[in-house]
Amino acid sequence: MPEGRVMAMEINAKGMYYRDLNNLLREKVAEGVTEFTLQGINGQRYLGTGLKGKVKIEVYGTPGNDLGAFMDGPEIIVYGNGQDGIANTMNDGRIVVHGHAGDVLGYGMRGGELYIRESVGYRVGIHMKEYKKQVPVIVVGGTAGAFFGEYMAGGILVVLGLNKKEGEPLTGDYLGTGMHGGVIYLRGEVEKDILGKEVAEFELNEEDYRRLNPLLENYANFFNVSLDEIKKVPFKKLVPVSHRPYGKLYTY
Amino acid sequence: MANLIPPRFKVVIDYEKCRKCKRCVINCGFGVYSFADRVIPDHKKCVSCQRCVAFCPEEAITIIENPNVFRPNSYWTMEDRINIMKQAGSSGMLLTGMGNDRPYKNYFDHLLIDACQVTNPSIDPLREPMELTTYLGKKPDAVTVKVENGKVKLDTRIAPQIKLDTPIIFSPMSYGSISLNAHKALARAAKECGILMNTGEGGLHKDLYPYKDWIIVQVASGRFGVNQEYLDHSAVVEIKIGQGAKPGIGGHLPGEKVNREVSETRMIPEGTDALSPAPHHDIYSIEDLAQLIYALKEATNYEKPVSVKIAAVHNVAAIASGIARAGADIIYIDGFRGGTGAAPTIIRDHIGIPIELAIAAVDDRLRAEGIRNSVSIVAAGGIRHSGDVAKAIALGADAVAIGTAALIAMGCHVCQMCHTGNCSWGIATQRPELTQRLDPDWAAQQLINLVKSWSLELKEILGALGLNAIESLRGSRERLRGIGLNDTELAILGVKHAGR
Ligand code: SF4
Ligand code: SF4
Repeated sequence: MPEGRVMAMEINAKGMYYRDLNNLLREKVAEGVTEFTLQGINGQRYLGTGLKGKVKIEVYGTPGNDLGAFMDGPEIIVYGNGQDGIANTMNDGRIVVHGHAGDVLGYGMRGGELYIRESVGYRVGIHMKEYKKQVPVIVVGGTAGAFFGEYMAGGILVVLGLNKKEGEPLTGDYLGTGMHGGVIYLRGEVEKDILGKEVAEFELNEEDYRRLNPLLENYANFFNVSLDEIKKVPFKKLVPVSHRPYGKLYTY
Repeated sequence: MANLIPPRFKVVIDYEKCRKCKRCVINCGFGVYSFADRVIPDHKKCVSCQRCVAFCPEEAITIIENPNVFRPNSYWTMEDRINIMKQAGSSGMLLTGMGNDRPYKNYFDHLLIDACQVTNPSIDPLREPMELTTYLGKKPDAVTVKVENGKVKLDTRIAPQIKLDTPIIFSPMSYGSISLNAHKALARAAKECGILMNTGEGGLHKDLYPYKDWIIVQVASGRFGVNQEYLDHSAVVEIKIGQGAKPGIGGHLPGEKVNREVSETRMIPEGTDALSPAPHHDIYSIEDLAQLIYALKEATNYEKPVSVKIAAVHNVAAIASGIARAGADIIYIDGFRGGTGAAPTIIRDHIGIPIELAIAAVDDRLRAEGIRNSVSIVAAGGIRHSGDVAKAIALGADAVAIGTAALIAMGCHVCQMCHTGNCSWGIATQRPELTQRLDPDWAAQQLINLVKSWSLELKEILGALGLNAIESLRGSRERLRGIGLNDTELAILGVKHAGR
């Protein structure tokens, strides 16, 4: 293969068994293909799971659970909705979903970025953590279900509520329960009684805007939304009140 | 109130013999000794880990149970009363280390192994070949062959199998709960013995990468240190659901133990608490478990067995059946005697069931459903000697895992203070002055010796049974008899009473 040439490939995955599809992807990545277009995706699980390196996958349709689990580098763009478990324990890379997505996104995610244009389900961003230069990010354009950011140990969660109806809450209950690291940025207000007792709400400082602005710009670019519109509503942040929420539970 | 709690132990120093070398002062991880003219022990701090006793050159130290305790009471034990006093003074959960030490009935000691006499001759293992090799992994329902160019070839695709030279592996103990030197010793010994060590849920230190073919890596609810590189450096990937010492509850490594190296291995910032939530929040059903099992199989290209570790609890048989059907290759069952680096005492001592009963129940259930071949069973939680190994296998396990026994081989004196991080023996600690005490080469050799001794004994037991392969003992409950067990116990264990 000549230096610098991009090898691209289109796969019609209609009716294809997920294991055969993922095998094919792994094989082709090993052969040097770096760009994939997957047509006719309908519920195939584990797309991009465990894939490494500079690979780009465009997905047309609705991929199944665990999209990009353990993924380490690739970029996946979904033109459709996503299901559960996207970016499970992901290490690096980027996933962009042009639609809604399901539950337990970014469980234990350590790095990389996940952008969801619309709303997400329950238990998103649980136990996300950061380490050195790896700071995982999830940006949700719509609203989020309960247990958002539970046990969060690091990284950045953003909820924009752009599609939110009048009176609809930005997130469900138990927001940030057990959180002991990282930050949640909320565009707008949430009722205090939905907050986990381990977090508190604060105004953003300059450092916050330095971290948040590029994420908002990405969101605006990916989904063709006006940045000004996003910035119209002031943001609040949630951070843990202690890095050791359970330090005083025990006696010796 | 704290001052009113009497010391559990008394340090008796024979000052006639003492030559003031201060070795006891240096060796104690718990700060018992101070020196002013002579060594002075603070009895309250003593945990009877016996380090000073072992290192005193004059044999001048004796640790005794404090004879000055409360008035004896066979119901209100000293321990119960001390615990109440501690909690009344602090309002916290009591924390402990190691396994359940309460005097519950121990089924291993109510089981006896058969032997051949006259009509079915025993075998001399010193003369005859004896097979301890055990393969962990899913076995096919049937094997078909095909003939190609006149050669017979296997037609069935066999799921990945891990070969063990002997049916004993090391149980999961995380780096963080134990020292890196202890982890290195386990890895070296596993390689040398042709068995497996298990990272526990704290990640895999890069120094252990060369041992990857002898390592089980765990994926637990906290996902510490889990990335593709971690999964790649393993022979088996294990999903940790539960632990025998603390079924149903999470874990938490206090920030003090998360030093630079532990932080790198767990991939979390230095000094933060490492919290493992009680459940995996992506697993609420057998279907969810199946999803994670297959995510891991996808991530490892279907080349490695996936194990699921659970604690032995009341419904263990039904749970195991679900796990087998979810696609696991190995089920690791941890009984209520299993150890821990830290657990609330009340959980450790009162939750779970004995491993002996769990093995029998699971083996029965999987056989009844015709899926016993689809998983290997690893049993753990209180395996003390090769007799326990043989009994566990005869009850239906494929192999056993040892944790406490492995620690004892490395010098542990079972003081149950692992949670304090002060282990004088350099095992359950991250304090550099303590961890350097454990020489990984010496400790590895101790472990190798232990596994070899038990393997020799297993061969003797097999010989006495007239068997020449450990496989023939698996699930062979006819070769066990119960003693002092009631009908229900005998029925659950699937054994006859001795004399029948
Ligand atoms: S180690 Fe023994 S001899 Fe040395 S100071 Fe202590 S009690 Fe005395
Ligand atoms: S590992 Fe150390 S602290 Fe834990 S029981 Fe053994 S000797 Fe005590």
